[in-house]
Amino acid sequence: MAEDQVIVGLEVHCQLDTKSKLFCGCSTDYRDDGPNTHVCPVCLGLPGAMPVLNKRSIEYAMKVAKALNCTVLHESEFSRKNYFYPDLDKAYQITQYDKPLAEGGYLEIESDEGGERRIQLTRIHVEEDPGRLVHMGNAERGKYSLVDYNRAGIPLIEIVSEPDMRSPKEARKFLNKLRATLEYLSVFDSDKEGSLRVDANISIKGNERVEVKNITSYKGVEKALTYEVTRQKNLIRRGVRIERETRHFIESTGITQSSRSKEQEHDYRYFPEPDLRPLHVQSWVAGIVLPELPDARRERFVAQYGCSLNHARTLTGELKLANFFEKIVAADPQGLSTLAATWIADTLIGELNYRSMSLDSVDAAQFTELVDILKQGSITDKSGIEVLRIMLDQHMKNEPAEAPAAIVSRLNLAKTSGDTGIITAAINEAITENPKALEDYFAGKGGALNFLVGHVMKKTRGKADPGELNRMLVEALKKKEA
Amino acid sequence: MESYELTFEPDDRYNAFLAVCKKAPYGKGKLSGIAVAVKDNISTRGIETTCGSKILKGYIPPYDAHVVELLRNSGAAIVGKTNMDEFGMGTTTENSAFGPTLNPCDTGRVPGGSSGGSAAAVASNMVPMALGTDTGGSIRCPAAFCGIVGLKPTYGRVSRFGLIAYSNSLEQIGPMGQTVSDISTLMQVIAGKDRKDSTSYDRPYTHTPVADIKGLKIGIPGEYFGEGVDPKVAGVVKTAIDRLEELGATTVPCSIPSMKFALAAYYVTCTCEASSNLARFDGVRYGPGADPKKSWHEAYKEVRRAGFGTEVRRRIMLGTFALSSGYYGKYYAKAQVARENVKADFARIFSEVDLIAGPTMPSIAFKLGEKSDPLSMYLSDILTVPANLAGIPAISVPCGKAEGMPVGLQIMGRSFDDERVIDAAYAYEQAVN
Repeated sequence: MAEDQVIVGLEVHCQLDTKSKLFCGCSTDYRDDGPNTHVCPVCLGLPGAMPVLNKRSIEYAMKVAKALNCTVLHESEFSRKNYFYPDLDKAYQITQYDKPLAEGGYLEIESDEGGERRIQLTRIHVEEDPGRLVHMGNAERGKYSLVDYNRAGIPLIEIVSEPDMRSPKEARKFLNKLRATLEYLSVFDSDKEGSLRVDANISIKGNERVEVKNITSYKGVEKALTYEVTRQKNLIRRGVRIERETRHFIESTGITQSSRSKEQEHDYRYFPEPDLRPLHVQSWVAGIVLPELPDARRERFVAQYGCSLNHARTLTGELKLANFFEKIVAADPQGLSTLAATWIADTLIGELNYRSMSLDSVDAAQFTELVDILKQGSITDKSGIEVLRIMLDQHMKNEPAEAPAAIVSRLNLAKTSGDTGIITAAINEAITENPKALEDYFAGKGGALNFLVGHVMKKTRGKADPGELNRMLVEALKKKEA
Repeated sequence: MESYELTFEPDDRYNAFLAVCKKAPYGKGKLSGIAVAVKDNISTRGIETTCGSKILKGYIPPYDAHVVELLRNSGAAIVGKTNMDEFGMGTTTENSAFGPTLNPCDTGRVPGGSSGGSAAAVASNMVPMALGTDTGGSIRCPAAFCGIVGLKPTYGRVSRFGLIAYSNSLEQIGPMGQTVSDISTLMQVIAGKDRKDSTSYDRPYTHTPVADIKGLKIGIPGEYFGEGVDPKVAGVVKTAIDRLEELGATTVPCSIPSMKFALAAYYVTCTCEASSNLARFDGVRYGPGADPKKSWHEAYKEVRRAGFGTEVRRRIMLGTFALSSGYYGKYYAKAQVARENVKADFARIFSEVDLIAGPTMPSIAFKLGEKSDPLSMYLSDILTVPANLAGIPAISVPCGKAEGMPVGLQIMGRSFDDERVIDAAYAYEQAVN
């Protein structure tokens, strides 16, 4: 381990995608509804109300435990974590403390050096989400705050890793892999706002560790940790001792900020929740049937569709993406899979990210048509990208969707092969307009040919087959030289 | 369901009620038209429920406790909410924020607590029966002091859903009445599994009391007649036990050595749980509101300082301390070990005997203001807390008088043997009346 080795451990809180809350029958589908509309005496913590454990949430958590190779304990127990805060209606959170649902386990990620790396897990436990404060005005000097208990009692699992990650990038990979696994298990919906929250412990080898709280996005983890690595390394370089402390990540600015020291002096006074019985669910483990998980699907994509390892990794890294790919190639796996893998993994994802669009907005049938057109070779790759962009833009602007074939014919994008007249004309124009390039070419400067190819491409609006164009241009140049 | 109305205008000279329903609706059923008073820590929809505390002044629950729903379904008229030591923390009902309840047998004395209002309401004939709650003797003590019958059922036999928690692992809702038959009738209504209370058991009560204890073996623990127990009270109870022998039971001496630690285990457990249970009273959602101009933690402090009485604040602080980092093992964990020892002692004794009998309280009702020192008040719980620590059923039935004040005979049984405990009390009651 290098002298300034980065050491990262994560505590990941994920909302389990159950229909009802952890300790009452209230619906968890609160995001589009008004404040305090999904509440009852139990999740409002009214005097006298008692928790009743939602069996489904334990089944979901155990699916996760099994998928992550954890050991479900013979006996687990709920405890009270006592602290005052206005979003916590009982003034304690029902969580698990010294007897969690499961211990141990691991998750494999692609390491920075390539190959798989095993990140060991410490434990998985189940707990309830608190309510949510809405600050009116800015957070520091707001006029007042409002509290919404719709979120109170949503089931969470907390997955705690060992300090096994060696870089912010690995932390992000861990998180992505974890998300994929939870989605494959159908227990988690990463599209729901606030469904994931991360606390990260980070240190530079031989120094105190710092806890960074309040990370709420996948990108945020890498950003927050990268900031911390720089900050901590700078301090060490200047000979300043790193304090063991809790810091908060500010998403908007990408920096971490020290929490006031008072907040760290929490004494949560854990003790067993007397209104719930201990859990004895170890015997359920054998009955849990796991679906195909990301690693297995990745291997299958390589074997069944001949995907490259990188493409297979990207495609199976998100459940929706993997499903989308299989839908596209379903009709003609032999003919389409390589092309589809390339177009989804290398092009579509980028175009979607650029537009902040989700895969849900892509019509599988139309995308299949596009891949099919590309397979027939009737348009160039460049035209393919143009068609795809038009399709996505139309969706974004809520315009009526045009079929790829219709776009191709409307814009006259079909390859010009056979119609050498257009290309010849374009070549002649390009040569006439760029005498300097011509000179350079005859002087033996390699870049000049590419420069001219570009110009001809532009003039044919990308429709010319690159191979054909190249051959014709070289011929034309030879004639000039002669 | 509730289609009739009972007019209830009691002469409440003992301050037994905190809320009175002058027109109490009722329906058809086993308890049709019977006036039932409910202790003020049991949630009643639409009726103010304060736990005897200023911090819940004005709190009107939007839902009924499970037992209240069962009472309504059986036709009972809920006529009012009875006074109590704030949150159940006391043995005299003097710790109510709304003034003490007086003992109908002697208004210079306390009715016992914490269910003192329910006991006084029954003892003064304002109602034939009432619900109380018993965390460390809070049903049996006032039953003994006021000369009525009170049962702490087996832990888990009666749903606690809607009972405003003081100490969840110890407390039970139970019946209080003028006769053992009334107790049994109430048990028929309130006992059984409730899916809203995960600690409740599917053990409904369908029994009718039988006055027959022939052949039963009753253990008499030496500790219940030892130091600290008023000899006059002990004498009255011994006479009552002789009567049980005359009725065909045999008695054997026994010992509960773990009782040395019972009070400590009890007070550590209940203050720890209380410190957590009572943390939710912060003025945000119900009760007198917090000052919105103050920061939230300042507002919390103010609400809680003004809203809680001295004894409640004392117990919250004791519990907070006992659970704090570095002390958990020394207090809470140790208390649970002591509690296991008490359970083990009872299990051992109950492998040889059917019932255990002794006094309910070590003395007759205290004079008002007599127990000003909290420690001496805690000590008076010594004979009742073992049943709570072990979760076993225990009844107090009137068995005579000392210095003109009622004395209670306490009969304890195995877990879920509430029927036998009731039968024994019934046999005694039938024999002496």
